[in-house]
Amino acid sequence: MSSIPNAAEAIDQEIIYQIYDTIKDIKDPEKPETLEDLNVVFEEGITIEKIDDESYGINIEFVPTVPHCSLATLIGLCIRVKLYQCLPFKHKLRINIKEGTHETAAEINKQINDKERVAAAMENPNLKELVDNCISEPEY
Amino acid sequence: MISLQSIAELEAHSDRVWSVSWNPSGTLLASCGGDKTVRLWGKEGENWVCKYRLEDGHQRTVRSVGWSPCGKYLASASFDATTCIWENKDRDFECIATLEGHENEVKCVTWCSNGSLIATCSRDKSVWIWEVDEDAEFECESVLNAHSQDVKMVLWHPTKEIVASASYDNTIKMFKNDGDDWSCFSTLASHESTVWAISFDKTGERLASCSDDKTLKIWQEYLPGNTEGVATVGSDSAWKCVCTLSGQHPRTIYDVKWCSLTDYIATACVDNAIRLFKESDCNTDKNQPSFDLLHTQYQAHTQDVNGLCWNPKIPGLLASASDDSIVKIWQVVEK
Repeated sequence: MSSIPNAAEAIDQEIIYQIYDTIKDIKDPEKPETLEDLNVVFEEGITIEKIDDESYGINIEFVPTVPHCSLATLIGLCIRVKLYQCLPFKHKLRINIKEGTHETAAEINKQINDKERVAAAMENPNLKELVDNCISEPEY
Repeated sequence: MISLQSIAELEAHSDRVWSVSWNPSGTLLASCGGDKTVRLWGKEGENWVCKYRLEDGHQRTVRSVGWSPCGKYLASASFDATTCIWENKDRDFECIATLEGHENEVKCVTWCSNGSLIATCSRDKSVWIWEVDEDAEFECESVLNAHSQDVKMVLWHPTKEIVASASYDNTIKMFKNDGDDWSCFSTLASHESTVWAISFDKTGERLASCSDDKTLKIWQEYLPGNTEGVATVGSDSAWKCVCTLSGQHPRTIYDVKWCSLTDYIATACVDNAIRLFKESDCNTDKNQPSFDLLHTQYQAHTQDVNGLCWNPKIPGLLASASDDSIVKIWQVVEK
């Protein structure tokens, strides 16, 4: 192991910053704070693997504010939709709740990684509005 | 050596394409997707062109399309909770019926081999059996609530009045009509996550299934009184997993199609690839078959591959559907 980061590692770190920048300002569905403010998302929760010259595999771990948080699914949905809309490169995304931080993590993980369910959810006007509100760019 | 040769790239959909289906004569390919339309593609001279565009039938994503065995009707299943039946009227396709009843997204629609029944399935966890009468009227015959989660796909047995369903609850179930009503007679449990798709081989004695658990499984039917001693109940067959193919697919497998003309098994994977498998020639024991990965078409599409369909008349002609909004046609080349 070298202590001096090589060029590839530096590029990977850039990509992670870019992903983190994209999701950190997503608003919590029921609080005024952002996911970053509430430590729901954090840089260390993002890992990536290069698939080819154009695309990356991305894994994101997040921590719901409380272990019975009923909005964890919605937060996962927001992260997925925001990345889909904003990341300029192709990616294969897995989102998981950090182990031990939610009572029904397995159930929620399965749901937010099922692209058919995500696609259907985003065609539901009520859900879409909720997601759009959370992921809209902050106004200064 | 086996390879896939690209024959055509069909661009018209403005969103993800979910599913493709050839008509029974193999002359028209239906595709559907996130743009809420169905497109029908056919050959004009040497070129594949979009011959029909079916819109205004659905308010949301069209998830799946299925032809009647006579080729006169096409059914489309949508996230808007309805299934439309389209009739081929020479110069156009007209929506002649809308099947309503599911509580939310309809994920799949399929006709039985003699055309008298349709099956649909939904996120509402149910499978519906619809009767088709001679005047093309459709009536719900049964609602099957055997699954504990979304039902992703339904498929009729190639010859018998048996319908199989694949679910988010990780199982596959088989249903039959026992005179009075429909009931589940077999539950195929072995996958460790959502079963996305299933496909019978040409005999109907085997079934292939693919899953979010990244495996492809082969199931064998055992009739009552089978010499292998596999336990059965009454007059019902038992289905047993006889082969699990793991390690070939790095991500979720969305579709599997077993070709009735060539016996190739094609898979559609999130890694943008299409893979071709076939049973090993040296196999003699049907209880312990092995299957070889013969070809991987990397970057078959630039995004997830969602659906596949083998042409029913032209051996080795395969259509694929992808998140990249393109439909492609491929030919298996053996040399």
